[in-house]
Amino acid sequence: MKNLYIYLVLLIIVASSCSSNDSEIKPNEKGTLTLHFDNVVGDKDLTLTSGVYTNSSSESFSVTTLKYFISNIKLKTTDNKEFVVPQDSSYFLVDESVEESQDLLLKDIPAADYNEVTFTIGVDSARSVSDVSKRKGVLDPAETDMYWSWNSGYIFFKMEGTSTAIDDSFYYHIGGYGGYSSDAKTFNNIKTISIHFGGDKATVRSTIEPEAHFYVDVLKVFNGETTLSIKDHPMVMFSDYSVNIATNYASIIEYGHVHNDPKK
Amino acid sequence: MRILKFIGCIIIAMLLTCCDGEPEPEMRIDAPVNFPSITYNTQKNPVTTKGFELGRSLFYDGILSRDGTISCGSCHQQGAAFSHRGHIVSHGIDDKLGTRNAPPIMNLAWQKYFLWDGGVHDLDLQPVAPIQNPVEMDEKLERVLDKLRNHESYPDKFDQAFGSNEINTERLLKALSQFMVTLVSGNSRYDKYKRGEGEVLTSDEIEGLNLVQQKCASCHSTDLFTDLSFRDNGLDETTKTDYGRYAITLKETDRFKFKVPSLRNVEVTAPYMHDGRFRNLDMVLDHYAEGVHNNANLDPLLKQGDVLGISLTKDDKARIIAFIKTLTDRQFLRDTRFSEASK
Repeated sequence: MKNLYIYLVLLIIVASSCSSNDSEIKPNEKGTLTLHFDNVVGDKDLTLTSGVYTNSSSESFSVTTLKYFISNIKLKTTDNKEFVVPQDSSYFLVDESVEESQDLLLKDIPAADYNEVTFTIGVDSARSVSDVSKRKGVLDPAETDMYWSWNSGYIFFKMEGTSTAIDDSFYYHIGGYGGYSSDAKTFNNIKTISIHFGGDKATVRSTIEPEAHFYVDVLKVFNGETTLSIKDHPMVMFSDYSVNIATNYASIIEYGHVHNDPKK
Repeated sequence: MRILKFIGCIIIAMLLTCCDGEPEPEMRIDAPVNFPSITYNTQKNPVTTKGFELGRSLFYDGILSRDGTISCGSCHQQGAAFSHRGHIVSHGIDDKLGTRNAPPIMNLAWQKYFLWDGGVHDLDLQPVAPIQNPVEMDEKLERVLDKLRNHESYPDKFDQAFGSNEINTERLLKALSQFMVTLVSGNSRYDKYKRGEGEVLTSDEIEGLNLVQQKCASCHSTDLFTDLSFRDNGLDETTKTDYGRYAITLKETDRFKFKVPSLRNVEVTAPYMHDGRFRNLDMVLDHYAEGVHNNANLDPLLKQGDVLGISLTKDDKARIIAFIKTLTDRQFLRDTRFSEASK
């Protein structure tokens, strides 16, 4: 009987928190939204170094490093209004070895129901050539190892690992923003993608802190539009072939689900 | 009259206070009147005396390298116009050899792109390359900042230069730039002749100047004596693997192209070319006269019909070298403001 009473109380709490999801939005109401990036390999969770996986070229591999920039984030509401995250707060580096880096906390987001996010995998060309005063946080060349000093620019996506296919390490350091001038024009591996939340929505309120989960499937880096063989291409950095890998990583992120949890 | 004086005082007072809060730049880049206009944006990084002095300390300090042994000044020596005299390529940390000849550091405020291949587009970002290069200083920027923060005098020096003792990437790089942009070489005998400052050139030197203007100035143009472009000057590249500009643009048409260096101070910057293959200026001129290879991307200026290179007699070469030596700027090479002893 006592248990039943507790359940009843819980039910009321849950019901009331659910109803607050659809509560009226107050003028200038703001909240936060967290984008969580869960790195996986097919249907398995990614475990650095010890996890052993197989790509579609039947090559067994382990991943020792996985890092990528997510930047220039835009959100869209269910009624198609766009909110652009202020640019200076819109550069993140997801690092599989640093758990906190996998949660991108967006602050001061206008309260609304959001069901689409757009972002860049990499760093936009303007920031790639910007003054050193604009290179703070993850863009600071002292803060990360995601900057090429000899060919000034950021490494957008870095994956390193080992494979029995080569009895050695493989290195994929993918960057290239198009070049700093017309006579230094190169390929552009900046990928901007939009992800829709299906029928779900992230209800940003001052009282609710939604968290949207995304799966980042590194297997698709190998098994994409181009089948990437570790044996044939153990090291890809600033080269024309990098375009194939960038095309592959443009579709490695997919929507998972949203938690609309009340503010703690 | 009194009123006029009063108004004058007010105007002066307004001028003095108008820039409140922003430290007034105390140093100017001595831009010679015969030079084109400056490229470096001093608005975003005004040169101040304290910033310049901090930059000079950093430039000559091994603290930028992993084991404290290599400073910028190790391979960029003032007497050699901040190049590495006598070194085909330089030896960096652990005596490891680099792959390219250390270029002189002078007149950088007029440069758009840095390194032999132009891989860096902003002087403020340039020092990151040698600091992190495994055969040069082999250090991480993050560790350099930590060492500076824990140093007994650098926090004060940063305070004096930037208004607080915070040490970060931006301030480190901007201080180095403040020192480097003031390294202006424009007081050679040629400059004083050109500006009518009482200098006289000999008839051989004048003939050499005329020859340079006719035969060299398409690439070594303006009084910077470079057009800052990237060109293939017909070096024998058959066994070479340094592809120059190609590494940056990945364009076949850029393979084996390197930046046109200035002719200023070349008397003291031997050896020559990106890989230091020519020991002296005679060998350089012999190359242009007789040694130009018909590379795929050879600069069209070095191929007139079927004739490769530049036609030069023995006398021409001697006069060109006589002229080139008038571009040596002794004042710059000895200026104590720039020297390690002043640091």
